[in-house]
Amino acid sequence: MDKTILTVSELNDYIKNLIDCDDMLAAVYVRGELSNYKIYPSGHHYFTMKDAQGALKCVMFRSSASRLRFRPENGMKVVAFGRVSVYPRDGVYQLYVSDLTVDGVGDLYIAFEQLKEKLLKEGLFDERFKKPLPRFPKRIAVITSGAGAAVRDIIRVLGARWPMAKVIVLPVRVQGAEAPAEIAGAIAYANRHKVADLIITGRGGGSIEDLWAFNEEIVARAIFASEIPVISAVGHEPDVTISDFVADVRAATPSNAAEIAVPDKVEMAETLLSYEIRAVQALRREITARRRKLEDLASRRVLVSPKNYLDDKRLLLDHAHARMAAAAERILAARKHRFAAQAAALDAMSPLKVLGRGYAIARREDGTVIKSAADVSPGDKITVRLQKDAFSATVSGAEPI
Amino acid sequence: MENMSFEQAVARIEEIVRALEKGDVPLDTALSLFEEGTALIKMCGKMLDEAEQKVVRLRKGADGAPEELPFDAEDAPC
Repeated sequence: MDKTILTVSELNDYIKNLIDCDDMLAAVYVRGELSNYKIYPSGHHYFTMKDAQGALKCVMFRSSASRLRFRPENGMKVVAFGRVSVYPRDGVYQLYVSDLTVDGVGDLYIAFEQLKEKLLKEGLFDERFKKPLPRFPKRIAVITSGAGAAVRDIIRVLGARWPMAKVIVLPVRVQGAEAPAEIAGAIAYANRHKVADLIITGRGGGSIEDLWAFNEEIVARAIFASEIPVISAVGHEPDVTISDFVADVRAATPSNAAEIAVPDKVEMAETLLSYEIRAVQALRREITARRRKLEDLASRRVLVSPKNYLDDKRLLLDHAHARMAAAAERILAARKHRFAAQAAALDAMSPLKVLGRGYAIARREDGTVIKSAADVSPGDKITVRLQKDAFSATVSGAEPI
Repeated sequence: MENMSFEQAVARIEEIVRALEKGDVPLDTALSLFEEGTALIKMCGKMLDEAEQKVVRLRKGADGAPEELPFDAEDAPC
């Protein structure tokens, strides 16, 4: 029997060939625990998968590793997909991993938690970085899909509540591989060219995969870097994304973002009316007080001599009173009429009324909205806006409860 | 007053109402404040009544500067 003597390389090549021709080994899922995880400067990932009895060498090349949606850590239970082949130089077989997922919980969930923790540690969610929204926005940039319900809802609610604000739509893709870069790019572009004084970004509801762009770090960082205040509005009420944590204000839905973004013109008209009434009342009190004082003085005999002076004052008061009363009448009549029409128009469009659900807006004296107990100090005067009216209050304590 | 923004006008109205309610201004000043206030309120009411929503789509122009186009939700690219 001839003894064929092979070189090491020949044997390795022979084994490699055997393995490479095996269908099962060409596409295999393997479950195990990660250990000895190393990322090389080349971008390739090297690790070992283990179970109680054995170990398997694995490599994931940069192109595959760049698609990972979580950060692998030693001890994680994972499922790897790939092919088995031989690395002839070392004479070892290994798994060439093209996809790695967390076993058990979804890898998207892991990625979400990991990014959330990372950005939280960096301080991107800190209250102190939250910018106040403009009271009366003039230009609102809407960064979302140019088609679909979200953009239409936003435009409709903005138009019904505050048509004075110009709406500037920056259409972007909101799902798929290009979405994160497009959204982040549009936010940066809006800032660079100062196209608006408020940004709304988001999309309508969908699966966690559909909403994923708003969980990407590049989008979170673009929102954080935005000098223009950002309202995020992703999906429906229970959906929370990383973007929501970074944004200055989180809205439950796109329509809700529009409600938060602008005041309601009917409410504003009511506020103006209340100012008018307060002005009339203040002036009336003033005039009544002065008239009383004057009449009191006039009734004293010793002061009868400068009667002409007093008569002049009395005339001035009467004149002022008449002007004011006429103005007040006119204002009230016109307003009453106008409100009825506006209120009916708004009700017909039936936007959600945030305040109607029992929420209140508390403002400092300068009109800025109070978002945290840290914004006020004991003794500060604040006004609290309710659905129907408003009242002023004094802060008795400013410790967060 | 004509070229005041809505925001500036509302701020001025609030200032006037506070001054009137404080009640320590001379009567003729109070009267002129009152008249200024009611005129501003009228102006703001008119702005509210007459506002018409403008919606545009922004496109990055050849030089990178923004270009405004009409917005049409139906056939805008996704």
